[in-house]
Amino acid sequence: MSHAAAVHRLWTEFPTAAAVDAPKKIPAPHIEYAQLSPTLIVLGAAVLAVLVEAFLPRRARHLTQLALSVVGLAAGFAAVVALAAKGYGTGKAHAAAMGAVAVDGPALFLQGTILLVALVAVLGFAERRLDPAAHGRPVDSFAAQAAAVPGGDAEQEAVKAGRTTSEVFPLLLFAVAGMLVFPAADDLLTLFVALEVFSLPLYILCALARRKRLLSQEAAVKYFLLGAFSSAVLLFGIALLYGYSGTVAYSGIADVVSGAVRTMDPALAATTGNDALLLIGGAMVLMGLLFKVGAAPFHMWTPDVYQGAPTPVTGFMAAATKVAAFGALLRLLYVVLPGLRWDWRPVMWGVAILTMLVGAIVAVTQTDVKRLLAYSSIAHAGFILAGVIAVSPDGVSSVLFYLGAYAFVTLGAFAVVTLVRDAGGEATHLSKWAGLGRRSPLVAAVFAVFLLAFAGIPLTSGFAGKFAVFKAAAAGGAVPLVIVGVVSSAVAAFFYVRVIVLMFFSEPKGDGPSVAVPSPLTSTAIGIGVAVTIALGVAPQYFLDLAGQAGVFVR
Amino acid sequence: MNPVSYLYLSALLFTIGGVGVLLRRNAIVVFMCVELMLNACNLAFVTFSRMHGNLDGQVFAFFTMVVAAAEVVVGLAIIVSVYRARHSASVDDASLLKL
Repeated sequence: MSHAAAVHRLWTEFPTAAAVDAPKKIPAPHIEYAQLSPTLIVLGAAVLAVLVEAFLPRRARHLTQLALSVVGLAAGFAAVVALAAKGYGTGKAHAAAMGAVAVDGPALFLQGTILLVALVAVLGFAERRLDPAAHGRPVDSFAAQAAAVPGGDAEQEAVKAGRTTSEVFPLLLFAVAGMLVFPAADDLLTLFVALEVFSLPLYILCALARRKRLLSQEAAVKYFLLGAFSSAVLLFGIALLYGYSGTVAYSGIADVVSGAVRTMDPALAATTGNDALLLIGGAMVLMGLLFKVGAAPFHMWTPDVYQGAPTPVTGFMAAATKVAAFGALLRLLYVVLPGLRWDWRPVMWGVAILTMLVGAIVAVTQTDVKRLLAYSSIAHAGFILAGVIAVSPDGVSSVLFYLGAYAFVTLGAFAVVTLVRDAGGEATHLSKWAGLGRRSPLVAAVFAVFLLAFAGIPLTSGFAGKFAVFKAAAAGGAVPLVIVGVVSSAVAAFFYVRVIVLMFFSEPKGDGPSVAVPSPLTSTAIGIGVAVTIALGVAPQYFLDLAGQAGVFVR
Repeated sequence: MNPVSYLYLSALLFTIGGVGVLLRRNAIVVFMCVELMLNACNLAFVTFSRMHGNLDGQVFAFFTMVVAAAEVVVGLAIIVSVYRARHSASVDDASLLKL
């Protein structure tokens, strides 16, 4: 313990004269700013957006914020592409910023996906043509003033004054910045901070719906309390892993787990290596990540939050959070705990099977479109977990591909949900969707494409993704898991097809909803969703190859 | 004193916090229990830091404090806005989103 004593004397004893005379130089950390540029660009845009909020007149904010967000996200994506083109995805992959952030294939692939998803989601955030104008001013999906009591005088006044919550754009940008770091985090401290950076803006965004704000606030409270609980569990898990290994760096923990420690401090050797800490800590960190992913039995928040949040936010959250959280889960399991895979694989088997079954079976009984999509997202989390369990490069690349494909289908589906409206806002009850195909064939057909992709019908991206994931899982020795997956896909296909039948083969009701004519923003978002869904379904090979090249984690 | 005792204390605090989150009805109390859990984590970090003789754990504790502060801001904002709309901060009353 001599080493420990030396460290602690720094703040327990008065420094001697010699120590005062020769202060030790602390080396400045070496930060590779260029390699962190995607995150830095988005964060910079977010800070600028806060300044815009503070200094620009209200009239000019909406357009400025939209332009700033789009430019920031596009520039971030360009930076990701530039890094990938320079070979950081393959040959030059390494851990940047003193080992805090990995710049490697999976990180760049997922960052690119998240940025594209956010770029499409911003279009939905900015849509202002769906609701009728209030007092001659166009309104978006967000509350005029979030602090005002719903239906109260203050809110009436805010609507009359034409206030809008254009803060959603900086909130989205901050969330995206956190999500960019989350799958790239290469130590547990970065992981935890990134988790909070992307969660906190999402909690607020959930509470901001213009219509049905009580539901929206309730969703936010539930999401916040459960999210904070799960991050506390994750944090305690991190503390135990730190207690186990004496370090928070992924590679350091992995070395202690596999017993291949290169240079072990004698002081550390005496206090590390307690397997109970490793197992409990690993399980708690996994729990925190599975909560974010929305896997059973940690899925309870998903339907409520997806239903209550404003639909553009739901679309963004469903797509981007899943991508980021699965990225972090993959890195944790493949980089930190590969030495422990005989312990975590059976557990993850159970979680994956439970998730697929719960998602598919409970979805059958749902009567609300947003809740239906929420349960479908739980089922999809199960399918993706099947690929995670494969523990092979094929597993990684199939999960990457699935995440990209799934994200755009989800975004598109929720964008369509925003269009079907009646007097009370969005008409999300399934009975109101009856006969939609007769009234507006185009919208119904587009939604049918998304549902078929969710179901995994060939020629859509869902099929290519599911095939890749199940193939990798089967090759990894998880044949029973694949069987459960196929069975629950069949159950899931039942309720997707039921919605299609409802839309096309039942009589429209007299007081049914109308389909709003969106501005080019939402049309573009839906168009991109359809295009990606079809393109990844008809010609998946290029993207599978891309994901295959990106499938190696840096150690 | 053997630092391991502090680990037991931290596990105990964490458990009390966790049980509180699951059992209490008032959103503010639930939130305070979450904070208790975060502080239990901090105690564990600092204790492990002392045991291992490196500073990672103490640095982590600082970050946890900052994150907890940020979480208070967001959480209280949401809870207060719900209270103003419903005149109740009970988690049981918030049940519009059931099927």
